[in-house]
Amino acid sequence: MSITYLEAIREAQARALADDPRVFIYGQDVGAFGGAFKATKGLAQQFPGRVLDSPISEDAMAGLAIGAALEGMRPILEMQFADFSTIAFNQIVNQAATMFWRTNVSCPLTVRLPCGGTMGSGPFHSQMLETIYSHYPGLVVLTPATVEDAYSMLLEAVAIDDPVIFCEHKLLYYHLKADALPTEALPANKARIARAGRDLTLVTYSAMVHESLAAADELRGEGWEVEVVDLRAVKPLDTDTVMASVARTGRLLCVGEAFPWGGVTAEVVSRVVCEGFDLLDAPPRRLNAKDTPIPYHPNLWSAHRPTARTIAMAARKVLQS
Amino acid sequence: MVQSAVEPSISAAAGAECEFYLKAFRFMLLSRVLDEKFASLYRAGKIMGGVFLGRGQEALSVSIGVHLRPGDIFAPLIRDLAGRLAFNEPILDAARTYFGSALGPMRGRDGNVHRGRPQSGLLAMISHLGAMISVVNGGLFARRLRGVKGTVGVASCGEGATSTGSFHEALNQAAVEKLPLVMVVANNQFAYSTPTQRQFACNSLLDRAAGYGVAGYEVDGTDLEACLRVVGQAVAKARADQGPQLVLARLLRLCGHGEHDDAHYIGAELKASDLGQDCLKLAEKFVLQQGWVDAAQLEQWRAEAVQQVEAAVVTAQREPGPDPFSANYWSALSSQYLVEGGATER
Ligand SMILES: Cc1ncc(C[n+]2csc(CCOP(=O)(O)OP(=O)(O)O)c2C)c(N)n1
Repeated sequence: MSITYLEAIREAQARALADDPRVFIYGQDVGAFGGAFKATKGLAQQFPGRVLDSPISEDAMAGLAIGAALEGMRPILEMQFADFSTIAFNQIVNQAATMFWRTNVSCPLTVRLPCGGTMGSGPFHSQMLETIYSHYPGLVVLTPATVEDAYSMLLEAVAIDDPVIFCEHKLLYYHLKADALPTEALPANKARIARAGRDLTLVTYSAMVHESLAAADELRGEGWEVEVVDLRAVKPLDTDTVMASVARTGRLLCVGEAFPWGGVTAEVVSRVVCEGFDLLDAPPRRLNAKDTPIPYHPNLWSAHRPTARTIAMAARKVLQS
Repeated sequence: MVQSAVEPSISAAAGAECEFYLKAFRFMLLSRVLDEKFASLYRAGKIMGGVFLGRGQEALSVSIGVHLRPGDIFAPLIRDLAGRLAFNEPILDAARTYFGSALGPMRGRDGNVHRGRPQSGLLAMISHLGAMISVVNGGLFARRLRGVKGTVGVASCGEGATSTGSFHEALNQAAVEKLPLVMVVANNQFAYSTPTQRQFACNSLLDRAAGYGVAGYEVDGTDLEACLRVVGQAVAKARADQGPQLVLARLLRLCGHGEHDDAHYIGAELKASDLGQDCLKLAEKFVLQQGWVDAAQLEQWRAEAVQQVEAAVVTAQREPGPDPFSANYWSALSSQYLVEGGATER
């Protein structure tokens, strides 16, 4: 058997719907059509009345999910593209994220954001928003990089009593395959050593895990052993695992696909510098997408985001300094 | 609940209608007295942050509260003190929240009109106008999924908020989902200081209802009897599963946007017009004319309201504020394992 990242997301939703009558899915075209990416294919038929098409109203979709969560339901909201969640931004960061702290009533909802770039998608269908949502207290932000995590972390997201931003990467949907769904998993607050190494800690998440692993392969040919840490969740950030790795390697590179200003990579570097300056043998570096909107043409797009090649280049700089 | 030592001298002929009117009237009165207290505490510098009053909008607001039942949902806005009280919000909740008492529903974490008890159906508003409406939709949607019947949700807003995208998205959503939402819009002629002609260009805000396939009603917001009737009708229709309803009330805000605002921009002519009449005074006149109560009774009700308000304010004022050093105070998540350890020290 072989299962893709996308199928894992569908299976996790099927299981959540089957296990818990409080779960329902709401989003554009998620019903009979099965979703723009087919992440809900067949679910409306399998769970009548619980997988529902919404009007194109991201603000109202999020508001509805919040209201339903307050009633004790476990809504899963599919944003067709992460980019459009900015319409729902107010509901997510001001309403859902503040709910528990203000009222002592928890607000369990999962917002699925199909995020990240794919070829030819351009400025409005390619954005990474984990950095923006992580900025806000009261949100959990998950960024699964593997088929196994896509499945187990989505199930965990539905079970979490707080609002979860589930950043699933569109580039991984069809390309990433696993032999089987996992039966057990790390909890979302734990990062994972995706590859062990002694010379450099490369901290990353989501699709960049795979570019980073390819970069590590390339660097092995040059005699470097790079340790790749897959954060899995960016909020909460598992600083302990990162620090322990940096303690072993003495060097840090942090890679993310989001825009460069601030963000997850800046946060990781800042924590390591503030809390583990003495562990570092060289100045740390960070690598992000370029500070422009995301370009359409493949030549431009592939130079806009970090790739194995640019990650290896950045890693060499850290390794050689 | 308002409790009275002396039963009102209701004429036998008037019956249930009169009783209902008087119940609403007494919540209006209580609301006005509480608002006046908050205003004076604000002037005395005893309240932090802003104070926002419902002066002149009590008839409309109370009509919402008295038509709701336990189990319904209400998303009040800043001018809805009367509706809140009639929907069983304790006076103490209001006082405690304004004073930031740790014992209030918001425990000092959020203040003034933002208070609520979501699990009792009274949503805690966020400031962003229009944002509460789809949350009411969500509650109603959840009930439908669960097979719960016969409950309604009311969301309230001003004419200014009808310009937001959230308002339009939510009204359309309620219509598409055929939810038992009652949208109550108070057109009080000003959004903060902005007059209606700078807010919308349609002739009537009722177009907002028609545009989405929602039933619409207009009512004179200074007239308690009319408000009770029209809001009641809308709530009854929603309860009978006839889809979302919109009530539009014409009235005038009889104060500034908040107590920091002297409302100098409201012209004398408008104030002197029919719109500028005080709904509480009109209701008072009405109950006296009907012979439902006499002046002495009214005076006694007012005195009782004052007493209740004073008691609540004194209690809330004496209570401790939140302790910034208490455990878990600084975690915004209910899932403790997902709270980053020591994150706030960074
Ligand atoms: C989205 C948004 N923009 C601006 C504000 C600031 N604000 C608070 S109340 C208000 C006026 C509201 O007018 P209206 O909706 O007519 O209600 P009213 O205050 O007249 O009862 C404004 C501009 C806000 N709370 N939310």
